[in-house]
Amino acid sequence: MTMTEDGPRAATAPHEERTMRITLRVWRQENAASPGKMVSYRLDDVSPDMSFLEMLDVLNEQLIMEGQDPVAFDHDCREGICGMCGVMINGRAHGNGMHDGAVQTTTCQLHMRSFKDGDTIDVEPWRATAFPVIKDLAVDRRAFDRIIQAGGYISVPTGTAPEAHATPVPKKDADNAFDAATCIGCGACVAACPNASSMLFTAAKVTHLGLLPQGQPERDDRVVNMVAQQDREGFGGCTNIGECSAACPKGISMETISRLNHDLLGALRAGARPKS
Amino acid sequence: MLVVTVTTQSGQRRAPKAAKTSSVFKKVVMAVSGIILVLYLIAHMIGNLKAFAGAEEFNHYSEWLRTIGNPALPGATALWIIRIVLLVAVAAHIWAAVSLWRQAKRARPQGYVTKKANAQSYASRTMRWGGVIIAAFVIWHLLDLTWGTVNSDDSSPFGRVIASFSNPVSVAFYTIAVVLVGMHLRHGIWSATQTLGQSNRRREVTVNYAATAIATVLTLGFLLTPFAVLFGIIE
Ligand code: HEM
Ligand code: SF4
Ligand code: FES
Repeated sequence: MTMTEDGPRAATAPHEERTMRITLRVWRQENAASPGKMVSYRLDDVSPDMSFLEMLDVLNEQLIMEGQDPVAFDHDCREGICGMCGVMINGRAHGNGMHDGAVQTTTCQLHMRSFKDGDTIDVEPWRATAFPVIKDLAVDRRAFDRIIQAGGYISVPTGTAPEAHATPVPKKDADNAFDAATCIGCGACVAACPNASSMLFTAAKVTHLGLLPQGQPERDDRVVNMVAQQDREGFGGCTNIGECSAACPKGISMETISRLNHDLLGALRAGARPKS
Repeated sequence: MLVVTVTTQSGQRRAPKAAKTSSVFKKVVMAVSGIILVLYLIAHMIGNLKAFAGAEEFNHYSEWLRTIGNPALPGATALWIIRIVLLVAVAAHIWAAVSLWRQAKRARPQGYVTKKANAQSYASRTMRWGGVIIAAFVIWHLLDLTWGTVNSDDSSPFGRVIASFSNPVSVAFYTIAVVLVGMHLRHGIWSATQTLGQSNRRREVTVNYAATAIATVLTLGFLLTPFAVLFGIIE
């Protein structure tokens, strides 16, 4: 008890008394080859301060206690920087549009206070041919790694670090490159895109490296090879719908896609062809 | 705890079918052919407004289309060149559209149980089925006004326009198609700017306003003639 001017008052913060009842409908799928289905679970004791992943942890503890198979989901940093934790929440990538405030972020940064007591929440994996389900909500995003391997790198000489001021970068380019570099490879753009296209991801990488002096030597080969690789992985083609950018936790802009197209057309005119 | 099975769907499987033609190449084909069609539509709309000048002017305009370039070019050569360019543009446009449509289907064979849109416009969502309806309309439109096959009056181009648009059903079908074209261009012009790498954050707003403006002007311009006929302003 603490004393206030009005007299004695309970020390517990009011929100601790509030717990929520949530019904989850979770996609359960044994492996890539088996069929999946939505399964409903009731959670009676969800704190509004839990993150979405903590809520899934609670579900899994409950499932393990009951001798059932816990729900597989990916996660790592739980601070919005690694890009592992993407799931579809109520039909939106990372549950975006439900976060507190206007800031767009990842599933691990979504808190249960964004939902109401009694809500039913659908949780599904990213769905794309190029992102096969490993189990339940976990998908294989190695297609992104292969796109990076196809051209998302620069060649640097080894040895002593060069003088930092030797290569000036215009402020505007540095800012735009940095904005593009914030892409965490989470795959929300693919998940949200009606065409299941990976264009925003690839465009972020092409923009990030293509705007900097260090990215120039491979600039033409990079764009043709990364685009060829994303087609090879079975992603869809971009039709500039804009769902990707609206779903992106890092706010990668549609401008990057235009820049990719611009670079690609220039590279093709200059004679660059994808490695087969 | 209660466990309820809600839906059963087959599992996802990888089907990496190597794309023979780059998806961006298809988009460039779509953008270039689309732009040719937009330029044609602008000319076509201006031509249609000649109906306000009366039967003689309109028929004369129609006659002129068939003799452009005469006597340097014999007969309807110029008109046929235009027709072939348009035909190639339409074929290329539909090829690219269908190809990307199928690629999108392959890229996500199994849809979401729940999916909500955050950003997509109605225009962008109706590009594909809208395009199919537009294609059907174009065929009817040619049978009706160019060849007169499905038209009750086959005396003159002006006569066909009056006969067709005196019928409210015909005007209704025409209106639906033209509004669909307008929406198609609302998204298409923005999309083409992106595809050709000409958009950026600064231009984005302008491009979108321009797309809306061109789409609106074309839609209204095309609707003016049929409604004027329907309400007896042109007769
Ligand atoms: C004949 C039936 C048609 C079909 C099936 C069709 C289909 C499509 C599709 C699927 C797209 C891509 C949509 C997107 O980017 O999201 C598109 C884009 C476009 N269409 Fe069409 N369309 C048709 C007719 C037309 C006509 C008559 C015009 C012009 C007057 C036109 C102009 C455009 C333009 C400018 C684009 C943008 C190109 C781009 O996305 O880069 N289309 N069309
Ligand atoms: S572009 Fe955005 S949504 Fe796509 S992978 Fe990168 S961070 Fe995720
Ligand atoms: S767990 Fe790393 S971004 Fe969410």
